Amino acid sequence: MRLELRESTPWWLTVLAPLVSILVSLLMASVLILWAGESAFAAFQSMFKGAFGSTFAITETLSRAIPLCLTGLAAAVAFRARFYNIGAEGQLYCGALAATILGTGWITLTPVLMIPLLFLAGAAAGGLALLLPWFLKTRVNVDEVVTTLLLNFIILLLVGYALEGPLKDPMSMGWPQAASIIDEGVLPALIPRSRLHAGAFAALLAAFFVWVLLRYSVFGFSVRALGLNPEAARHAGIPPARTLLLVALISGGLAGMAGVSEVAGLKGYLTLDLSPGFGYTGIAVAMLANLHPIGVVVSAIFLAGISVGADSMGRALGIPSYIADIMVATAVLSVLIGLMFCRYRLRRN
Amino acid sequence: MNEQVVLEISQVSKRFGKLSANENISLTLQQGEIIALLGENGAGKTTLMNILFGHYRADQGSIRVFGQSLSNHSPEDALQAGIGMVHQHFTLAENLTVLDNIMLGTEPLWSPISHRRKARKLLHDIASDAGLEVALDSKVRELTVGQRQRVEILKALYRNVRILILDEPTAVLTPQEVDDLFTLLRRMVEGGLSIIIISHKLQEVLSISDRVVVLRHGRVVGEASTDNVDRDQLAEMIVGRQIERPTAIPRVAGKNLLSLQRVSVHGSRSSRPLLDDVSLNVPASQITGIAGVSGNGQSVLADVLSGMRRIDSGEWLIDGHAVSTPTPKQLTTLGFARIPEDRHTHGVVGEMNLWENLMLDEIGNPPRWRAGLTLNRDAARTTAEGLVKQFDIRCSSTEQPAALLSGGNMQKLILARNLARKPRLILANQPTRGLDEGAIAAVHALLIEARDRGAGILLITEDLDELLRLADNVVVMHAGTLSEPLPANNLSQRELGLRMAGSH
Amino acid sequence: MEYLDIFLSASFWAATIRIACPLVFATLGELLCERAGVLNLGIEGIMTAGAMSGWLWVYNGGDLTTAVLFAALVGAAFGLLHAGFTVSLGLSQHVTGIGITLLASSLSYFIIKMLMPESTTPPKIESFTNWPVPGLSELPFVGAAFFNHTPLTYAAFLCVPLIMYVLYRTPWGLAVRIAGENPVSLEAQGINVIHIRTLAVMLGSALMAVGGAYLTISAFDAFYFGMINGRGWICVALVIFASWRPGKALLGALLFAGLDAFQVRMQQKMGAFIPYQFFLMIPYVLSIVAMIIVARRAEYPKALLKPWRKGERL
Repeated sequence: MRLELRESTPWWLTVLAPLVSILVSLLMASVLILWAGESAFAAFQSMFKGAFGSTFAITETLSRAIPLCLTGLAAAVAFRARFYNIGAEGQLYCGALAATILGTGWITLTPVLMIPLLFLAGAAAGGLALLLPWFLKTRVNVDEVVTTLLLNFIILLLVGYALEGPLKDPMSMGWPQAASIIDEGVLPALIPRSRLHAGAFAALLAAFFVWVLLRYSVFGFSVRALGLNPEAARHAGIPPARTLLLVALISGGLAGMAGVSEVAGLKGYLTLDLSPGFGYTGIAVAMLANLHPIGVVVSAIFLAGISVGADSMGRALGIPSYIADIMVATAVLSVLIGLMFCRYRLRRN
Repeated sequence: MNEQVVLEISQVSKRFGKLSANENISLTLQQGEIIALLGENGAGKTTLMNILFGHYRADQGSIRVFGQSLSNHSPEDALQAGIGMVHQHFTLAENLTVLDNIMLGTEPLWSPISHRRKARKLLHDIASDAGLEVALDSKVRELTVGQRQRVEILKALYRNVRILILDEPTAVLTPQEVDDLFTLLRRMVEGGLSIIIISHKLQEVLSISDRVVVLRHGRVVGEASTDNVDRDQLAEMIVGRQIERPTAIPRVAGKNLLSLQRVSVHGSRSSRPLLDDVSLNVPASQITGIAGVSGNGQSVLADVLSGMRRIDSGEWLIDGHAVSTPTPKQLTTLGFARIPEDRHTHGVVGEMNLWENLMLDEIGNPPRWRAGLTLNRDAARTTAEGLVKQFDIRCSSTEQPAALLSGGNMQKLILARNLARKPRLILANQPTRGLDEGAIAAVHALLIEARDRGAGILLITEDLDELLRLADNVVVMHAGTLSEPLPANNLSQRELGLRMAGSH
Repeated sequence: MEYLDIFLSASFWAATIRIACPLVFATLGELLCERAGVLNLGIEGIMTAGAMSGWLWVYNGGDLTTAVLFAALVGAAFGLLHAGFTVSLGLSQHVTGIGITLLASSLSYFIIKMLMPESTTPPKIESFTNWPVPGLSELPFVGAAFFNHTPLTYAAFLCVPLIMYVLYRTPWGLAVRIAGENPVSLEAQGINVIHIRTLAVMLGSALMAVGGAYLTISAFDAFYFGMINGRGWICVALVIFASWRPGKALLGALLFAGLDAFQVRMQQKMGAFIPYQFFLMIPYVLSIVAMIIVARRAEYPKALLKPWRKGERL
């Protein structure tokens, strides 16, 4: 048996691959649920109810999907260029930090200007956070995987310092948290009495923008060529450093926007537990979508559903909500195999 | 001569899908004999060797080594039976020492200790018997190509190999090194070894082998004692029909399109510069050839000229004006085409379609891009269809991934992409490596046509025959330096070889 | 003068040794994987799984020595999974590694939460006690600094010459090194590249898990959430810093641990002036700096990150 590159991939395979990998992750979860002494069926039912069973559940899932969609796009853009940005978590906090600095009274504008300004500032901060890894990769030959991973820890400590020092809310009664975003900067709720906020538009807009960019632009073509064979792309005249710079700015910017949306839309103020690992889950979102921007939207909603559902199942049945992360990890690993079969076919020798 | 048969391959066949790679191939090798196995790329030589070594399973047929049957065997069994091979691309780990490389696989994998001292002593004896001195403790990357080949041979001898197979052993050697190698082989044959040489260099084959076996399209089409055949007969047997390589008619040199002046490039660690004060002119309407044993700086020079590598000192002149090192994109704009040495890693993006690969260096330019921004798929496909026809690229459609093309067709794709723009200058680095005769003739014709149109061509090649046939002037590269240009018409292969070895 | 005091105290050197141990284990583990050509980014999760499983074993009444073996076994199992993806199937080493880190750490947390749903701090266990080396530990200063540690600590340091011997002086070690440089030459010798790489990744992962277990059953005596805290990533940086050599890896880990121990003591002295977060940042910043220092002359194993498929170039 050997693997052989396909001449073309049938469309149903690209849909089947994520579906099968989701099935595998459900199987994995069933084993753990059975171990916990619950019926897998009841557990999944409770999970589905918690994620999609009511209007409230759906709005919860969708609001969880917003940051995942943005960090998923961040990973998708970067991974297409084989620029392994594992630092979306840190860039998210940079975005949130920028929004906090600007949005807690430093300037006041009408919401129509204030909200875009916060997103812009957050995106800029997130993008800047990737400049060092970009520089080290393209000029000094230091692998970006380790630098982006390590920067996550550094940035989180910086945020921790800011929250206990310069940005600390004097009214917080000792908790390390920043002051609230002023009303002009808060993203309006889309449905009254729900947590679903206008950040959803930002996420959808970003997905559409990235899709157009990757599919139709010179930049998108360059990114794909560079990702698939950097040497040949460079030889043919595609400038790697410049292209990767744009990749870094866009990828970091998207992750930064996720931070803005969480601070200005969901929480209202910056704390150290703003993100339960959205940056890392974003990688799973992107992989399940085969790095396709529109697919990212779907897979973000799906993984958000798993995590919201797992929370509610955890409360109902006493199964630790870490099961959501286990499912995500299993899905990522199995989709890798699925995507392999999209590109290769098995041949007998 | 001892008449004992050491290897007997009979009626071996192997099919891959519709393609018959080997069909009823029979071959016998006698003790102390040197056989030359000849054939074009794709004639079935590699498949046959892979079957012999147990990498592939034959569909039918049998193999006997020293009278013992070898079937359904693993590569290990082949080694056990005393067969050893020196591959064209050496299978050495460059960052490890010679001793490490030789000892690999000679001791039980799970042994808690490695008898390095004993091995060292034994190797010393073998090496001095065969006249193959190599420094056991040097790293392989510090060795010349010729020395690496000796390591490979020593590796085989250390394993008590009694049948040695050499795949294109002379491809990377200077004529003088070839002489040394042949002396060595003759000495080893006298010691009882039997040898199969796989080659396409007829002259050399005639001087070393006792017998020749010719493969074509997977079958044995000829077998003869070397004394009874001449070069022309062999050439015809190999190709079947007569393929004439086109010959270039000399032209008058035009203006200098490109010059390098006193250019140096330093390596990261080595004390010797990779390019040492190199000056070079590429005039229009001329093919300037660069000869040299591989590893003497040709790759670095090609990298510099294709904008992939910065220079540490010296300057670039384009059309007589000093410029800073151009980027690959700028070179394309200037009308400078580049045909890279390694098609797979530098030439194409294997997983992209043909039409995408055909526009790789035209990114942003109309008609395939609207306003330099958005992709015009229809225009890109139409242009690609045209190029596929014009350059006779055999493919199922322009939607197929480039990785699935054969070597010759992949090279035609790269040429199509580069020549479609009617470039003023072409850097062709090993443009025919690994191609069959038909494809070589096609590539040569395209290069000559471009030159006759007025383009300046810089041809880097290890194939001296190609060089002398095409080039107007030859520059010899040795240890990072370039010689003065020599007119090609009164250069002999012999003289070129001496210069390539560094003695003038 | 007061900075000099730090270096003159035996407790500083003892702390350095203690901090270095998990790094030594895990760096050697990553080094073994990378020498065979496989980047193992599962390291962070595998260390978490090792910390959890070692602790769990003892908590359930197992003894400490078998706890180390159990942790190693768990690590090897994740290594097998990693190798199945990256070696047998040749899939992306980056994504597989991140996936395994996510899987191993969330599984570990899940198991702890399952077994102890209520407690916020997991119960303590009886961890390794110090075993003073007879004779040597009575030496002034040196004894307290270097010869009064837990058995697992000595094991970490013995692992360095052991791995050196295996890599440079055994046929299997030679095969591992060549697997990371030019797997084709293994194939030409009839040696199965997949087997060599898989075993190296399993062994390496086992070492990473032992590094994690060191934290729960030797350095501390309980399992905390997020206790690995980027140590795995630091080890990946240390391997690069060490130019893929076990001896230099030990040196790097010690240097690193020394600076960490120094940092903690500086924090006590200077904490009033500089916020503690900046001290905590030092290890991560240093890791990046270390990679920058060696970047220009880094000699990566040639086949690192390159999947190998049978007969690809023959």
